[in-house]
Amino acid sequence: MTTTDLKLYQIGTFAAGNRLLDPDERSVQADPGRANAITSGHRACQGCGEALGARFVLDAAIRAAEGNIVTANATGCLEVFSTPYPESAWQLAWVHSLFGNVAAVASGIAAALKAQGREHIRVVAQAGDGGTVDIGLGCLSGMFERNDDVLFVCYDNQGYMNTGVQRSGATPPAARTATTKPVGVEPGNVFGQGKDLPRIAMAHEIPYVATATVADLRDLERKVEKAMSVHGARYLHVLVPCPLGWASASKDTIRLARLATQSGLFPVFEAEHGVVTATTPIRQRVPVEDYLTLQGRFAHLFGEPGRPDVVARIQAGADRNIVRYGLAAENEVVPHG
Amino acid sequence: MLRQVEGSRAVADVVARCRPQVVAAYPISPQTHIVEALSDLVRTGELAPCEYLMVESEFGALSACIGASAAGSRTYTATASQGLLFMAEALPNASGLGLPVVMTVANRAIGAPINIWNDHSDAMSQRDAGWIQMFAESNQEAVDLHVQAFVLAERLSLPVMVCMDGFVLTHAVEEIDVPEQDVVDALLPPFVPRQVLDPAAPVTIGAMVGPEAFTEVKYLAAEQQLRALDEIPVVAQEFERATGRRSGGLVGTYRMDDAVTAVVAMGSVLGSVKDVVDQLRDEGVRIGAVTVTCFRPWPLDEVRSALAHVERVIVLNRAFSVGSGTMLGQDVRLTLSASEAPVYDVVAGLGGRAVTRASVQALLAAVLGGKVDPDRLHFLDLDEALLGRDSTPSLLKES
Ligand SMILES: Cc1ncc(C[n+]2csc(CCOP(=O)(O)OP(=O)(O)O)c2C)c(N)n1
Ligand code: SF4
Ligand SMILES: [Mg+2]
Repeated sequence: MTTTDLKLYQIGTFAAGNRLLDPDERSVQADPGRANAITSGHRACQGCGEALGARFVLDAAIRAAEGNIVTANATGCLEVFSTPYPESAWQLAWVHSLFGNVAAVASGIAAALKAQGREHIRVVAQAGDGGTVDIGLGCLSGMFERNDDVLFVCYDNQGYMNTGVQRSGATPPAARTATTKPVGVEPGNVFGQGKDLPRIAMAHEIPYVATATVADLRDLERKVEKAMSVHGARYLHVLVPCPLGWASASKDTIRLARLATQSGLFPVFEAEHGVVTATTPIRQRVPVEDYLTLQGRFAHLFGEPGRPDVVARIQAGADRNIVRYGLAAENEVVPHG
Repeated sequence: MLRQVEGSRAVADVVARCRPQVVAAYPISPQTHIVEALSDLVRTGELAPCEYLMVESEFGALSACIGASAAGSRTYTATASQGLLFMAEALPNASGLGLPVVMTVANRAIGAPINIWNDHSDAMSQRDAGWIQMFAESNQEAVDLHVQAFVLAERLSLPVMVCMDGFVLTHAVEEIDVPEQDVVDALLPPFVPRQVLDPAAPVTIGAMVGPEAFTEVKYLAAEQQLRALDEIPVVAQEFERATGRRSGGLVGTYRMDDAVTAVVAMGSVLGSVKDVVDQLRDEGVRIGAVTVTCFRPWPLDEVRSALAHVERVIVLNRAFSVGSGTMLGQDVRLTLSASEAPVYDVVAGLGGRAVTRASVQALLAAVLGGKVDPDRLHFLDLDEALLGRDSTPSLLKES
């Protein structure tokens, strides 16, 4: 497995890359000998949450499996920006077949490795939210149901970004996309429960389901490590803000991921065999406006006259999550109202 | 050893002797008996090491084969009809990635109207998918073609479809010899993939290619497929040497030596066609039959030389291209474009309609009697009374 020397972007401080930590406690990315699953120089937009998420997920998976990783990728931004002819940013064994079949491709790889007696090689499948919750759901559900030994990672940027930001089954209510313009009585995407894939995954009672965001990369790495310590079907749903699709500033990617969790809109939790086993409580609760106003895709809800009624409905959704997953920190003061 | 056995069972047995490491399949008539038998063989451990993936769809089946093949395992699937169409997106993907998947297609009609019986619409609809397509004339040939298909697929790094007529072959019980394990092993060495997903030597498979090289990539793929035209006869010869049986190859000829009339067809219908040829030969008619065993790649030279001296060609098609003509017929026409011989394009045996000796005989009599227009598409045994009850205007009726 290729490793590259750590590039220290935070020079001038002794804490750079967590070097002061005990080596065992270092994040994968802070390890000078870290595997470099995806090299720099790929063509993702500046501030792309998906590129960041994939790098952390795969580097952590490589470390957990001691380099013995094979990856299958669905069509989507991650696939396109990483492999334009004649280049490839991938430093690990990687295959792309189609948009909607990555779970089945991964199942096939796992079956082959089993038949070859090489089960120490682990399989990671990756897809965007479209390749996961929409077109890929049939194959994914089959993979869950058979409990194939695959870690499936969904990079959720809440839309079909690769094709120009159209709505997916994971696009949130009221969001503007190229197919849900802010026109008509219900501007933006319709209200509905969307496709809550983590809960759909849990309904299959697979060994491990977790959600994470690029705002807490150490948590993301830990969940990958945990997932890799288990065999069978595992599902990791990572929220990855997309500056292009969300019409947000590149510098706000991490901030938006954090606001999504701190508002309750994106619950962070783990589940084993269909039962929630851990949640990440909200540290400092924020109203959904804090999250929404940083994104052009919700701009039509604000300004004059604005749509406070729609914002209130979004807030109600966040509140429901907080109750459902028990995300409220103890003695917390709810700032909105 | 000859055994009285169902075609599907024999195919499952021979596939097992080819030692696939991953089988992924989704049931559809008339393929079901093949995959049921294979799942038994895997469960009992007779076929090992092998993983049988019970996938959620044919799209998943072929996709799992794509993954397994890319990971370096010999893989097999089987389907038919709607199932083949449900795989459609993954078919050119498997060929484009150069993955030697072998698939049985138990040929069946395509709906609507839904119809489970035999014709070739399914395989014909995927003729441009970059797979090698072989058509079995008998159950024995179907069995033999599976061994040859794995050899061919792995030598060329291309996927191969073995087409066998649904029910007519798959469900027919007859005497079939399934080559013994040592014979198959000698013909088919362990799979050595051209490219493999391996952490020890990581590669990127399935990257994007833009206009700057896409045409060249496709050109090279086309050249690779054409290599099958050289390799198929070689594999058939190796098979014959090992088993003493002539099976496969590109094109077969029957009593064509001095024939002036030729019937071209694919699959099990050749049985009846050959009977009619025998009968007409007895009556002094100089007629023969040409079997197209390999449909893709199209064996242009072999078909051309088989039909070099004939005065007329009748093509029996088990499928057609709505709004145009037929697939086999048009390839034959193209092949004979420099010849004067008219090509009579006939659609026969759709959706399980039997192609009887009597109807082939009547057809040939009409052609020889100058009663058939070669510029028109013909439908064998069209039931005029049935059509007459239709109240919507029909162009076909008028023709
Ligand atoms: C069968 C099929 N339908 C549509 C497409 C077009 N397509 C390619 S990527 C994509 C959207 C990908 O969205 P997502 O999975 O969310 O990934 P993202 O690009 O957002 O990371 C679409 C619609 C395709 N490649 N294949
Ligand atoms: S469109 Fe979004 S997901 Fe795609 S590369 Fe740009 S930021 Fe990343
Ligand atoms: Mg997306």
